[in-house]
Amino acid sequence: MVKIEHLVKRYGSNFALDDVSFTVEKGEVVGFLGPNGAGKSTTMNILTGFLSSDSGTAEINGVDILEHPLEAKKMVGYLPEQPPLYLDMTVEEYLNFVCDLKKCAYDRKKHLKEVCDVVRISDVRSRVIKNLSKGYRQRVGIAQALIGNPEVIIFDEPTVGVDPKQVIEIRNLIRNLGREHTVIVSTHILSEVQATCSRIVIINRGKIVANEKTEEITRTLEDNRRFKVKIAGPQGEVLDTIRQKPGMTYVEPLPEREGDAYAFLCESAPNTDMRKSLFYTCAERGWPILGLEPIGMSLEDVFIKLIDKKAETAKKKAR
Amino acid sequence: MQAIYKRELRAYFTTPIGYVTVAIFLAVSGFFFSLTTLQSQTTDVSSYFTYSLFVLVIVAALLTMRLFAEEKKLRTEQLLLTAPISITSMVAAKFFAAETVLLGMLVLSTFNLIPLYLFAAPYTAQIVGNYIALFLVGSAFIAIGVFMSSLTENQLAAAVATIGALLFLLIMGFANQYIDLYVFRYLINWLSVYSRYQNFTYGIFDYNALLYYLSVCFVFLYLTVRVYERRRWA
Repeated sequence: MVKIEHLVKRYGSNFALDDVSFTVEKGEVVGFLGPNGAGKSTTMNILTGFLSSDSGTAEINGVDILEHPLEAKKMVGYLPEQPPLYLDMTVEEYLNFVCDLKKCAYDRKKHLKEVCDVVRISDVRSRVIKNLSKGYRQRVGIAQALIGNPEVIIFDEPTVGVDPKQVIEIRNLIRNLGREHTVIVSTHILSEVQATCSRIVIINRGKIVANEKTEEITRTLEDNRRFKVKIAGPQGEVLDTIRQKPGMTYVEPLPEREGDAYAFLCESAPNTDMRKSLFYTCAERGWPILGLEPIGMSLEDVFIKLIDKKAETAKKKAR
Repeated sequence: MQAIYKRELRAYFTTPIGYVTVAIFLAVSGFFFSLTTLQSQTTDVSSYFTYSLFVLVIVAALLTMRLFAEEKKLRTEQLLLTAPISITSMVAAKFFAAETVLLGMLVLSTFNLIPLYLFAAPYTAQIVGNYIALFLVGSAFIAIGVFMSSLTENQLAAAVATIGALLFLLIMGFANQYIDLYVFRYLINWLSVYSRYQNFTYGIFDYNALLYYLSVCFVFLYLTVRVYERRRWA
């Protein structure tokens, strides 16, 4: 379990973190989301004892990182933004060094083999890290965090610079880790958290903007009733007819065209589903519907919306 | 702590730096030995040890410049600082790794003395005393180098700063003869590494000097720990 309460961190007069609090329970994978410079890495660095906060507390399984750093650090595996690799060592030597460093109590050979298998670096174990590709280096960094089987695992942007196939592998790995560990993953890629995390914490300019279950955020998207419809019929007439339907708030013809069918972007009032009535209207007129697909708001939209909303309320308060 | 010690020691000899440093020390001290002792046909080793002191300046800079600067540059210090080890043991481990190389180097340099023992009867107690002193001065130098290395992420800057600081400590004693004010003279004499070292070359085992060198070690290692603790708050 990870518990952060009222963290404040200043760099000069800039607030890197301004009263940040959240909790991560055991067995949870939390996505820590924010644009560059939002305070993600700072939070993670404080949580792992690399930096100290100006005020507030960070606890790992109830152990305060400032008061009992050694005990707290024992329970954390951390992959920083830039994997901390000694380039002149082989993967094998490096992982052995990390084992020594963390005073890992497991059977060395077996444990190393397990970790290497999980992140799929068994085939490069005898190679010098300097000669490895970015993707492999990243995975060695992940292996380093997994050594000693720590209860809390913290990854700072684990998929940066890794090719798409490996990205999927890393995401699967994170999801699997979440079964037995407490996992925090920071990223600025929204689909990533959607794919791997059970909960999302969004941070912007040092403040928590949202802290919700992934489904709840996804549900917020569904509230917005937008869909794209493709109707075979005279474009102008169809447009007028749909526009006049009660409950429709916005209709826009799209440049897309398929034979005699035209595409339209429609948006209905909240809590009304216009799709059925649209179907009957078109059927009456003899205009076949060739396609109808709902357009959910992407997480990107939600993200921007949330940040804007916060900024607006803050502005209003300031006034 | 053992893990870091082992890694550092290994790193000296997987990169050229360890070999180069040891080679420079052995070559230069060998040169001074033949010049001051063999060439001069004497068993008096005092000038050999005095010159060795200056070689140690370079050695200390070379041995320590990497220790913290490189970790900072490559961001590997994040691994060490988030691992369950204290800053004190991290600093100690790196210090002792450099010390080990220094010790090995000094032991190797005793080869210089073989011809002396073959053809004459040098004063062993004086030589042993000098080696102990040389090791302690080297330790103090290394502690200063460690501190310099913790201040920057540029290895070259660390080395140059170390050489500067150490040379200053060594040569400030020479200024003494031009200073009239007793207080200054006393102060400089007290601080000077060189003037304290002179006693050893005369064959006096000076416990005060030992204490002084050890204190320098502790002070600069403590400062290094402070640098790291302070950085966490910055």
